[in-house]
Amino acid sequence: MSLIQRTAAELADALAAGETTSVELTQLHLDRIAAVDGVVHAFLHVDAEGALAQAAESDARRAAGALLSALDGVPIAVKDVLATEGLPTTCGSKILEGWIPPYDATVVARLRAAGLPILGKTNMDEFAMGSSTEHSAYGPTHNPWDLERIPGGSGGGSAAAVAAFEAPLAIGTDTGGSIRQPGAVTGTVGVKPTYGGVSRYGLVALANSLDQAGPVTRTVLDSALLHEVIGGHDPKDSTSIDQPLPDLVAAARLGATGDLSGVRVGVITELSGDGWQPGVMDRFQESVDLLVKAGAEVVEVSCPNFVHAMAAYYLILPAEASSNLAKFDAMRYGLRVWPEGKPDASAEEVMRASRDAGFGDEVKRRIILGTYALSSGYYDAFYGQAQKVRTLISRDFEAAFEKADVLVSPTAPTTAFKLGEKLDDPIAMYLNDLATIPANLAGVPGISVPSGLAEEDGLPAGFQILAPALADDRCYRVGAALEAALLAQWGGPLLDKAPALEGA
Amino acid sequence: MTMTDTLVGFDDVLASYDPALGLEVHVELNTNTKMFCGCPAVFGGEPNTQVCPTCLGLPGAMPVVNAKAIESAIRIGLALNCEIAEWCRFARKNYFYPDMPKNFQTSQYDEPIAFEGYLDVDVDGEMFRVEIERAHMEEDTGKSLHVGGATGRIHGADHSLVDYNRAGIPLIEIVTKPIQGAGEKAPAVARAYVSQLRDLILALGVSEARMDQGNLRADVNLSLAPKGSGVLGTRTETKNVNSFRSVERAVRYEMQRHAGILDAGGSILQETRHWHEDTGITTSGREKSDAEDYRYFPEPDLVPVAPSRESVEELRGTLPENPLLKRARLQGDWGYTDLEMRDVIAAGVVGLIEETVAAGASPQAARKWWLSELGRRANDAGLDITDLDVTPAQVAAVQALVDSGSLNDKLARQVFDGLLAGEGTPEEIVAARGLAIVSDEGALSAAVDAAIAANPDVADKIRDGKVAAAGALIGAVMKEMRGQADAGRVRELVLEKLS
Repeated sequence: MSLIQRTAAELADALAAGETTSVELTQLHLDRIAAVDGVVHAFLHVDAEGALAQAAESDARRAAGALLSALDGVPIAVKDVLATEGLPTTCGSKILEGWIPPYDATVVARLRAAGLPILGKTNMDEFAMGSSTEHSAYGPTHNPWDLERIPGGSGGGSAAAVAAFEAPLAIGTDTGGSIRQPGAVTGTVGVKPTYGGVSRYGLVALANSLDQAGPVTRTVLDSALLHEVIGGHDPKDSTSIDQPLPDLVAAARLGATGDLSGVRVGVITELSGDGWQPGVMDRFQESVDLLVKAGAEVVEVSCPNFVHAMAAYYLILPAEASSNLAKFDAMRYGLRVWPEGKPDASAEEVMRASRDAGFGDEVKRRIILGTYALSSGYYDAFYGQAQKVRTLISRDFEAAFEKADVLVSPTAPTTAFKLGEKLDDPIAMYLNDLATIPANLAGVPGISVPSGLAEEDGLPAGFQILAPALADDRCYRVGAALEAALLAQWGGPLLDKAPALEGA
Repeated sequence: MTMTDTLVGFDDVLASYDPALGLEVHVELNTNTKMFCGCPAVFGGEPNTQVCPTCLGLPGAMPVVNAKAIESAIRIGLALNCEIAEWCRFARKNYFYPDMPKNFQTSQYDEPIAFEGYLDVDVDGEMFRVEIERAHMEEDTGKSLHVGGATGRIHGADHSLVDYNRAGIPLIEIVTKPIQGAGEKAPAVARAYVSQLRDLILALGVSEARMDQGNLRADVNLSLAPKGSGVLGTRTETKNVNSFRSVERAVRYEMQRHAGILDAGGSILQETRHWHEDTGITTSGREKSDAEDYRYFPEPDLVPVAPSRESVEELRGTLPENPLLKRARLQGDWGYTDLEMRDVIAAGVVGLIEETVAAGASPQAARKWWLSELGRRANDAGLDITDLDVTPAQVAAVQALVDSGSLNDKLARQVFDGLLAGEGTPEEIVAARGLAIVSDEGALSAAVDAAIAANPDVADKIRDGKVAAAGALIGAVMKEMRGQADAGRVRELVLEKLS
């Protein structure tokens, strides 16, 4: 097996054993990017020089016996929504074309402090608005399982990079499913940590009260290792939780033993039924059966207010986003467009022309929605009401977690759809996040683990595990147990079944 | 250009209308760092040097609340007899302007840190209670500099520059309830409120509170209603009012202008107006209607502020003596007349006199130096008297030299020259400049003899009993001694020798 097909944990072992070097690993991934990213388009920016320099430093540290972390020397890709000092950060938008942040997001600073060479920045829906990565101003990312299909979104770039072996690890961000849904449709693992568990400082906000950065990997253990690097309290983020993380790696290792005795698993009644692809539901049921085999007790739980989650989400998110995106006004950084034929244009006219040219349609749609929802006279009916629904959803979770230790559902209702298929139907696109949105509204953690291929199209489906806030370790334990059972059944990683890409 | 406003005589305004005032005062706190980041919060500095990702509103940057600013806000609230919120949030006030980095201001909306208070103000010896609606925390904006126009204002400017050093400096906005019933005293009430609010802020030590530097900014809301109607009319909000005197004048002007419009059957446009210090008039700024929609919503990047009742009580324990009560006490201690007290208050030297007295000078001597001599020098130098390079301790030391007979008032003034020129301590200046009074009887006696010999006709008059003529001889002796003699002793010698 080629080195780049190994998991991050295996690569860390290979580095420790002297079987390879960080420079070699980093170069192999850069070569892979050069070979396949022309068709996948997972990256918006590749920093070969920077990554190799960081890799050389890692090798020097290893020689000196001064490693920074268990993942020191293992390269990583970062979603382009996180500020990287000296590296372009566009958020998939024209309005930030050419902007180079003067500072690192805390997540990025922690990656550097842990010695992970940064390969580059990954593609995304513009300002993380979308479920297909088709809303990137720089063109869509293609699903490595079928290049005609979407890789999910908004973090399709990070998921595709990991699925196509262009990077062993990546960072994503999840506002309504942008880590978990791409994980599901690309056959990779994605984790949305507890809200406040990973610093948002330097994460260009889509919706501040929903956003959370997290790991995108090929295995549950790799996610746990990465989560421990990026997680934990940050004084620069006032919403960050001032508590130590649970022991996530230990939870993943415990789960991998395959024993779930005494664990109560709740199947969410509302997240199944009409509109759910039969092949996705089959894989889901099969996974539930495997959990039972591992000793878990399965119960049905009802979360009646989840049916309102989508409506509340599409008021809260645009409201916050409309205010967040106001700062993109061409005054201090980013794109500046002069109104045509107006050499003496006022600041306001330049702002208007620049925002008109710099934002895509989906971004404009949500700015208009959010502005409306916050307007005087409508606030109570829209934003205020949505916040009440949010409280009800949190109560649904509280009640459900009294009956079960974790809640489970399919991550997304369908497998990857075709590029362009839902581009003209925003509601159909939004429905893809039906199962993932409630966790963001309530701030609870969730993981998506590959559950196999749907019969009808041979494409990957995902299995979502949700846990109470601060109990991220439960996601890892149950996720690792399911992964171990499925690997045994498949006889190897699911990605082995993916078609070879040209150059591979 | 601005059309000339029709003004109604002040007494005529009062005959037909009742004025209602509302004052919004912004106080820039003197915390070391900004409201939501670690940048220094100091006045001046090269443009755009006191900035970071947060106060520049760079993508991804996040705010963290300055705990010291919250403390100052609570202390201001307590000093204004306000309730302190058990739980409150910041909110975003959304509007676009180039000097606002995020295009929203992080402020407070319906959950202010302090609310429902009052300040009793002394208006020419009469107490007037001003009800406080709220005091809330927010961040300042950057500063636009409009280049190329004649006026420095945006109209006619060729381009604009923005300095973000000020962006994010903590502000407390203190808003009164409508102040009704002041009648003819409305302008004086407005002035007294702002002035006594400033005293309170200074006593709290939470701001430099200098109006000329914009640490303390007052917006004056005014409306007129038909006399006796008890309703509130349409208001205007006048900005750029940068001194106590201007507050008073702006209220007076707006009362007269409103009445002119209403008398002619017109209606008042709800708008922002600019005060012009030089011409003493207001002109229309941007129209501000209630339709302007700031789309306030709770700031999702910050957690609620929930000061414990214990911490609030602890802060209450740090409040200074109420400036009004303190003045009454000091007046009694110092034995000043009402007029003398009013003068020192108006000159802003109460604190300086207090310190000078504490350093050993008599209250009358302290008043004399600060009010006349040093007040004049500050005025000449265009400085605030508190910025003059003379300390209360030095004034007390100079007065001690006068009291001991080493200096007279004229020589003391020269010591102040030396102090302002940075020549050292009063004692060092006396020595270096050779200013001490000559108390050598032999030298004085010789100088008196010389003066008598040089002015025989004057001496004769004195011998004839015209004692008033002695002044000419004393003057000659003082001139000879370059002023460094005790004039009383010289007089005694002259009269002795010619008796």
